[in-house]
Amino acid sequence: MSDLTTRESGSAEEPKGILARHEYEGPGALTPADMEHHGRRSDVDPKAARRVERQITAMFLLSMVMVVLFVVAYVSIDVSADVYIPVLGLVGAQNVALGVTFGAAILFIGAGAIQWAKKLMPDVEVVQERHRLSSTPDQDAAAADQYQRGKEESGFAAYRILRRTLIGALALFPIPLVVLVRDMWTNTDPATQGMSPAEILSETAWTDGLRIVTDGTYQPIRPEDLPVGGLVSALPENIMEIQKENHNLNERGKSAIILVRMDPGEIRAQQGDGWDYEGILAFSKICTHVGCPIALYEHRTHHLLCPCHQSTFDLADAGNVIFGPAARRMPQLPIRVDEEGFLVASSDFQEPVGPSFWERG
Amino acid sequence: MSTTEKAGGATATYLDQRLGSNKWLGKNLKKVFPEHWSFMLGEIILYSFIVVLITGVFLTLFYKPSLVEVIYEGSYVPLKGVEMTEAYASTLEISFDIRGGLLIRQMHHWAALIFVAAIAVHAFRVFFTGAFRKPRELNWVIGVGLIVLALGAGFTGYSLPDDLLSGTGLQIARGIVQAIPVVGTWAAFLLFDGEFPGVDFMSRLYMAHILLIPGLILALVTIHLMLVWYQKHTQFPGQGRTNDNVVGYPLMPIYMAKAGGFFFIVFGVIALLSGLVNINPVWIFGPYTPDQVTAGTQPDWYIGWLDGALRVMPNWETVAFGYTISWNILIPAVIVPGLIFTAMALYPFLEAWATGDKREHHLLERPRNAPVRTGIGVMSIVFYALLWLGGGNDLVATTFNLSINAITWFLRIGLIILPPLAFIITKRICLGLQRRDREKLLHGYESGRILRLPHGEFIEVHEPLPKDQQAVLTSMIESHVQPLPAPAKTDANGVRNKRYRIESLRSKLSNFYYRDSVTPPTMAEIEAGQAHVAHEAALEAPLHEYEEEHYVTVPFHGGVLHEQGEPMTNAEQLEQDKGRE
Repeated sequence: MSDLTTRESGSAEEPKGILARHEYEGPGALTPADMEHHGRRSDVDPKAARRVERQITAMFLLSMVMVVLFVVAYVSIDVSADVYIPVLGLVGAQNVALGVTFGAAILFIGAGAIQWAKKLMPDVEVVQERHRLSSTPDQDAAAADQYQRGKEESGFAAYRILRRTLIGALALFPIPLVVLVRDMWTNTDPATQGMSPAEILSETAWTDGLRIVTDGTYQPIRPEDLPVGGLVSALPENIMEIQKENHNLNERGKSAIILVRMDPGEIRAQQGDGWDYEGILAFSKICTHVGCPIALYEHRTHHLLCPCHQSTFDLADAGNVIFGPAARRMPQLPIRVDEEGFLVASSDFQEPVGPSFWERG
Repeated sequence: MSTTEKAGGATATYLDQRLGSNKWLGKNLKKVFPEHWSFMLGEIILYSFIVVLITGVFLTLFYKPSLVEVIYEGSYVPLKGVEMTEAYASTLEISFDIRGGLLIRQMHHWAALIFVAAIAVHAFRVFFTGAFRKPRELNWVIGVGLIVLALGAGFTGYSLPDDLLSGTGLQIARGIVQAIPVVGTWAAFLLFDGEFPGVDFMSRLYMAHILLIPGLILALVTIHLMLVWYQKHTQFPGQGRTNDNVVGYPLMPIYMAKAGGFFFIVFGVIALLSGLVNINPVWIFGPYTPDQVTAGTQPDWYIGWLDGALRVMPNWETVAFGYTISWNILIPAVIVPGLIFTAMALYPFLEAWATGDKREHHLLERPRNAPVRTGIGVMSIVFYALLWLGGGNDLVATTFNLSINAITWFLRIGLIILPPLAFIITKRICLGLQRRDREKLLHGYESGRILRLPHGEFIEVHEPLPKDQQAVLTSMIESHVQPLPAPAKTDANGVRNKRYRIESLRSKLSNFYYRDSVTPPTMAEIEAGQAHVAHEAALEAPLHEYEEEHYVTVPFHGGVLHEQGEPMTNAEQLEQDKGRE
């Protein structure tokens, strides 16, 4: 046993106040002049030491109790039962019970251990010398010698062809690992076979005559359904079929639009002549900045605000950017009504929707 | 010897005969670590990471990283019958149907937030105290790597539940990848297996979150700690602490109990928090669909600065030769973060080069003694804080009823003006503190006792500094470095100095660092000064004792001596004067 651990916690003959450094006098002990040391109560008063001992024991016991309570809570409280607790509000009863018992069980162990260290273990600082990090000149020389010998024995410097071909082989060998990455994407969609990513991004499901349906209820829309100042989130009529066929939501993320209606006299500019229908304008819903869906529309100013990065577009002025980080206007979808009087697209978007990309131009 | 000790001894012998471990134990059980509250920050990182690992294993038992659409049939009533991905459905299952599942999920999230927060504060501590200086530069670089990995771990984890918020986060991430010149479009398609959101991305993200990133973190943390162990911990200057020793407590038993106990404290606090404070209630946000979003979207706190950068960036985009470069995304999301982390990683080398300091440093530097470094640190914090504020600009706008455009413009301009201002102010404060330290070293500290000399002059009695304080303040001598002189264009023989430009830059940087530093007093001056002060104070002591018998010292009254019974306030004085009349 080392000197460090053999200190009894406070015996009667110890002086009060500043203690002599009786705990550790081995190598590295500071001279008393260097280190002031004040005795703790548990050092000088055996009663105090015993009190600390009892405290710590109580903590460890409480920890065990908490574990038992945790198991009780686990088996007895219904997982879906809610309980009202002031401040916290209505919360899951089991979650609170499990969290409190588990947390307390762990905390008591920690608190007990730290109290033990602070009150009963020696509190005198010890000095250790640092070792030299760098090698001695002899060791440096030995390393250099070894390296030189190895270099000569291998002939790495002498065999020039060997060296160069080895470097070449090593440079090429990771190529298969890079090539293998190619099939992280394979285009399985028959509709876009042979198209490049840039081309795929530039097309949506919208075509001439495709009906516009509301998002959620998927009902076709008549112009009179949409009041002036109103906004509707909409999708192409065949969106659910596409989703079922492709087993993904990709088309929804691309062809989602918003319909807004304003007094035709308020429309200052559009992206194409007559792309509105009696003041109803269709714009992509996907922000041209980094692709968040947009639906914060202020109908008096005709401003459309992206909730992610606050790009602001003026829908009365061809969807142009008036503030924020987006660089491009919101693409407009040309619309008309079909024979039955429902709103339909009159073509696809004339520019790619969503965030910019390199090949977009 | 108890039976457990015997068994332990037998195990130690068994291991020693195979590993030679007793040699190591004998040396390292008594290894000394210095003590300071700020050294606990690193411990918090390690312990919260362990909690993340333990809780993460539990979560993998139930979570399904799949974007296949299913109909929710679990016990959370508001979403019953709703179509959602398996990822989201299994997250709901963990939250509502698995006993203790919500607790573990919340512990995982809380521990992750604490993990990243502790990393940030730990990095501040290391930076501001110069702990990254030689020989610890490499560990600093590892630390910077760990910051990036921690952000990655956090973001990938945040994205796994596939609720409306996390899906929006992914959509933004995809937009950023797509903005990378030349390869961006293809990279986005390869990563996401086609267009957004696709179906394969979640399992890829999951792999990164539970295998790739934690594996790398674990490896780097191990090296980080081994280096701390091997190079020995730095210590703050103080009595008996030198560049060649470590003063502190031994591993066995003190730090085993303290650090071991502290692990349980961190673990316990995380468990309590998770039981009592709800975090990331994904069931409220609903399942993700790419055409919906909630207002006031916020990422986890540590991504806020990147989101803020995206928000405040002006909308610059270049189209040239049919190709698009989206500066509005590249600068805030790729270039600025890249520069920040590169600058961080290179900082120790840059500072060492600029200052010409090649010494080993095991004593930490007080931030005031490195005014330029401290200024750079505060400047960076201000820059970060402004970006972070930008990440919540919509919340600031709605909470304080301000115009979002005005806030954005304030931040755009503030990001350029405020950090340098913070630098100048911080540097000045540091220099002021240095001057005060110098005063104290030469003339002791002000005792607050005013003394009237026989000829009527009032002086304040100074006292010599206590030894431990003196040791701390004296460390300014160690920190003081003369700036490198400007190089000569030609040497004595008139030969042109080929390295003139680079040396001149170096000298300028060195001057930038050290030109304004306060010249510290020499050890001899300090000792003389303190002795002088002690002498004066000793002279004053009997007088002071005498006075104490006849006067009362009124606290909070500027230390002026009052005669017993004398009025203490103007009001009392007036009262007495009236009485006399």
